[in-house]
Amino acid sequence: MTTASIPAASGRGRQPTKLRRAVRRNVTAYGFLCGALICFAFFSWYPMVREVILSFQRTNFVDPPRWVGLENFRTVINDPAFGPAWVNTAVFTLLALLCGYGIPFVTAIVLNELRHARAYLRFVVYLPVMLPPAVSVLLFQWFYNPDYGLFNQALGLVHLPGLQWLNSTSTALISLVIVSTWMNMGSGTLIYLAALQTIPSELYEAAELDGAGLFKRIRHVTIPQTKLILLVMLLLQIVATMQVFIEPYLLTGGGPENATVSVVYLMYQYAFNFGNLNAGNALGLMLMIVLMVFSAIYLRVSRDNTV
Amino acid sequence: MTDVTVMPDSPAGTPAAPARDDRRGQRRPRKPMNTQFRTAVSPHQLNTTRGRIIYWIVLTIVVVSFTAAFVFPLYWMVTGAMKSTEELNSIPPTFLPSHFSLDGYLEAWDLLDLGTLLGNTALYAGGAWLLTLAVDVSAAYALSKLRPALGKVVLALMLSTLMIPPMVIMLPAYLTVKEVPIFGWNLLNTPWAIWLPAAANGFNVFLLKRFFDSIPRELLEAAEIDGASPGRILWSVVIPISRPILGVVSILTVVNVWRDFVWPLLVLPDSDKMSVSIGIASLSSQMPQNVLVASLVIASIPTIVVFFLFQRHIMAGLTAGSLKG
Repeated sequence: MTTASIPAASGRGRQPTKLRRAVRRNVTAYGFLCGALICFAFFSWYPMVREVILSFQRTNFVDPPRWVGLENFRTVINDPAFGPAWVNTAVFTLLALLCGYGIPFVTAIVLNELRHARAYLRFVVYLPVMLPPAVSVLLFQWFYNPDYGLFNQALGLVHLPGLQWLNSTSTALISLVIVSTWMNMGSGTLIYLAALQTIPSELYEAAELDGAGLFKRIRHVTIPQTKLILLVMLLLQIVATMQVFIEPYLLTGGGPENATVSVVYLMYQYAFNFGNLNAGNALGLMLMIVLMVFSAIYLRVSRDNTV
Repeated sequence: MTDVTVMPDSPAGTPAAPARDDRRGQRRPRKPMNTQFRTAVSPHQLNTTRGRIIYWIVLTIVVVSFTAAFVFPLYWMVTGAMKSTEELNSIPPTFLPSHFSLDGYLEAWDLLDLGTLLGNTALYAGGAWLLTLAVDVSAAYALSKLRPALGKVVLALMLSTLMIPPMVIMLPAYLTVKEVPIFGWNLLNTPWAIWLPAAANGFNVFLLKRFFDSIPRELLEAAEIDGASPGRILWSVVIPISRPILGVVSILTVVNVWRDFVWPLLVLPDSDKMSVSIGIASLSSQMPQNVLVASLVIASIPTIVVFFLFQRHIMAGLTAGSLKG
């Protein structure tokens, strides 16, 4: 305001128009933004805040909500399914990482070497990704049938005894991992393949001149060159697989004997079967905190390396 | 010296002779592959007799195992739906249905009312597509080109939603849909329950904004001097040049809505409002096996068709999504 007095004599006419233009620009901009702001506010930002609030409340949607401190957390922690849910989720994540992370990378390396049928193989490996997950899961439910399922019939052809698949505590979780890997590995494979194709061929040539064999070349050229994408995918996979829900929901209902209960599945059950939405929220909040750590690392890594 | 002589002949034609010829004959010109593309296996190794034998063995194994793992289940599904329930349960299994009949498909269509379910899903996907484009494109345009005060904060808040996995906030989001704050609307069983949350997609805004950032300023300034309003500039200048990224966002949105399971499960409980995945899943236990399998085939046809048509865009979206996410 004080500085404005100096150019005031010459620029009195210009000063307000500049301001007015800035105001108008902002009004137009927020006009364009308002749709997104409303959608984000109601369906992303507010639910995020409300997740935290509901976890510490007791609500029955008739009386005003009551603050109950950590009671919801106590409820879920004392649930006999609480331990299994976290252990299963962790084991599922680990196994899904071993399969869903290792297999696509190896597959991509092999595909990258092939000179024939590349388009076919790329197409085929991505095919399951395009199926609705519910379709893949129900398809495998049929394959897993111990009496007439495809898998046991195939085992029978080579004279091996059939498995119980989803019905036995020892194989149920593995069965879920198999479905999950089958339906998701296509995207990982193609992403790795794209990354492999950006590796400059001089590096391989140089390694070859230095006398590096095939495996050394993979170890000292391929892996370091794709390190970033491997790290990013690792974090993405962890976040994605820890949210496993549809497989236990459709295939096992968490059974047998809680062998396939996952955290999100238990959360869903609290809200929609046990009628305790607040406890479900408390569980969701715990998972959110765990996953946010991985998400934060992921965002950090990908931002540092792309901008 | 040696590498000078070795290098030019490796791309020139000696290595992996059958492979190279084959590639040259391909319809699609694959950019640098012919001359520069080389991988961990050296062309020389590949060209030896031993190398070639190994190559063909590996190729055969890969093609056979991929076909078995990814095509055969689909074949089994499509033909399984043509078999009778007794034939489906028979041991040993039959590779071809004993007599072809489409009864399974017809029965699935009627019993599950698949027409309604598919129609619902198309409505959800189509509406989500339009709304997402309208909302996210204008938001990205405002943030990229109009640059309002606090624009950076708004963008950061939108991107921060990427850190929160959707599953963990599904309960409060469900409550929001059940009773929208301030307005008090109940959106359960309405398409808005799918459309509005789909539009709140931080990743789309990010992709679009990054693309808009690359549009040269001079282009927009020229239009501005010609007297075009910001809306006009968006419609006549920005959108036409952004078709590639709009294609990617469109496909991602439609496919995501079509594939989604959990969210429609929560917000569309009425059986005549369900999406196709939920409808099939909720009735799966009461269906004869062949009818269920037929309905699975029908439910996956739309996404497979989309995949056939837009393969290239989907792959582009995939790499855009992961490499730069």
